[in-house]
Amino acid sequence: MSRINVLRPGMMTTVQDLGRPGWQRFGVTPGGAADACALRLANLLVGNSEGAAALEITGTGPTLRFAEETLVAVAGADFDMSVGGARLPTWRPVRLSAGAELTFGAARNGLRCYLAVAGGLAVPRVLGGRGTHLAAGFGGFDGRALRAGDVLKIGPATAWAKRMIPTLAGADPMVAARWEVGAAVRPRYTAGPVVRVMRGPQWDAFNAAAQARFLGERFTVDARSDRMGLRLTAASAGLLGEPLPEILSEGIAVGTVQVPPDGQPIVLLAERQTVGGYSKIAVVASVDLPLLAQLRPGDTVGFSEVSVAVAQELWITGERLLATVKQGIALHAA
Amino acid sequence: MKIAALGDSAVMVTLGDAPDAATVAAGCALVAALEARPMPGLIECAQANAGVTVFYDPARVSKRGGNTPFDRVCRWIEDRAPAPGQAAPQAGRQVTVPVCYGGEFGLDLEMVGAAHGLTADEVVALHSGAEYFVSAIGFIPGFPYLRGLPESLHTVRRKTPRTRVPAGSVAIGNSQTGIYPFETPGGWNLIGCTPWRLFNAYSSAPSLLQVGDRVHFKPITPEEYGASRSS
Repeated sequence: MSRINVLRPGMMTTVQDLGRPGWQRFGVTPGGAADACALRLANLLVGNSEGAAALEITGTGPTLRFAEETLVAVAGADFDMSVGGARLPTWRPVRLSAGAELTFGAARNGLRCYLAVAGGLAVPRVLGGRGTHLAAGFGGFDGRALRAGDVLKIGPATAWAKRMIPTLAGADPMVAARWEVGAAVRPRYTAGPVVRVMRGPQWDAFNAAAQARFLGERFTVDARSDRMGLRLTAASAGLLGEPLPEILSEGIAVGTVQVPPDGQPIVLLAERQTVGGYSKIAVVASVDLPLLAQLRPGDTVGFSEVSVAVAQELWITGERLLATVKQGIALHAA
Repeated sequence: MKIAALGDSAVMVTLGDAPDAATVAAGCALVAALEARPMPGLIECAQANAGVTVFYDPARVSKRGGNTPFDRVCRWIEDRAPAPGQAAPQAGRQVTVPVCYGGEFGLDLEMVGAAHGLTADEVVALHSGAEYFVSAIGFIPGFPYLRGLPESLHTVRRKTPRTRVPAGSVAIGNSQTGIYPFETPGGWNLIGCTPWRLFNAYSSAPSLLQVGDRVHFKPITPEEYGASRSS
């Protein structure tokens, strides 16, 4: 079985997949990649099923040594990264030679990128998922972020990957495919997105002024943001008006915008809690969640309202596009 | 029963105004009915207090039965929901949780008593004499929210939460009692500790308790606590 040696862990590098649904009734968040779209594309580019376990790399990335020849792909935010002094191209399959060292620097823009390896990372399934649940300390690699000295095992590569590798032959430690996933398919990352939202269950509990300001103003991402949620601060204090009473704890979903009594919204991300007692003013459209996962402290975000029907149509269109991309990738090593 | 969208991939079904035993039982019956014959695209149902959240993939739900995936999911839930009153309140499982009260096991026991003019023994007698039911599990894996705390024990949460609450701590937060499944920050008042493990991610039944269970507490001595921990 092939291996990856972690020489430097980076700021926070975790094993993630598409989550472990089915256990929210016991308080277990589905979790998984914060930017699921980037993880899915990275996996497809190395011939994996789209939900295979991969590395979620945050802020400043790791240095990794690949014991054997490996097909890899990086998708998501743009990082400084190199193999043998040459820049590693992204959004495409890349063959690394045995012994190659992949060194990630800092994110140039955005916050998170995903490194998929052909065969996927062979960590045990826990409650049906291979992702790391950081708060509860299980899943992924020993339930925690990577550390120097860790050794990750790689699963068996698919037939597609085995056909792709010889097309990337050469003496260099790294040979990249000449094709890539086009910009039209990638999320349109920006440091100041306007994301689409639907009204939340307690929308009507906010007064008209608070509603208008929520949809009209821009919010700044606070440094206390993490995989659980994006903490936002408004330019004007106490943006959302009178403190609302806490409600009976009820279910929440990824993308929920909840407003605690201080009036500063929190957008829930992948490792959110399963229940919450704050009023939910809005829920972000699923198709725009990758944009939020890439925001870093100091970035700004605004919200614009769409109907549930429109958000669902956007999602369905995106899924159709991804299915087309999947077919296209398959043809590259048919 | 009210159904409302929670974004484009979930709906919230509200079964009542309060998480009383009948409402929680109705939620259990609804989840059982929905999962008995799942719809294509259904991801999971999660019950908490007076509501059930149904998660789905709008790209995978059936194309029939309404204009949008949301409409079709609402219709599916309405069709499957047991008629009101038809769902006999389930008894729930009976679980008796051993607790070592007070001292180092429950640092706030004396304080809770003092707040209500009760001795520590009276607090223990009241807390272990009541029957509770699980109305929700969250905010972290395996934490049960228990309803049924005698009113004379209702105690506001600590102004400043502790940064570390030991695993197994039995605590009071306002009108509820709960059990911390693992070490975590927490703001509830600690009155005791159970040697039982409430959550184990490596088990196919990871949570000791589930929504609807009926719970009693049984006082045990520090010696019994130690013996149970090591067994």
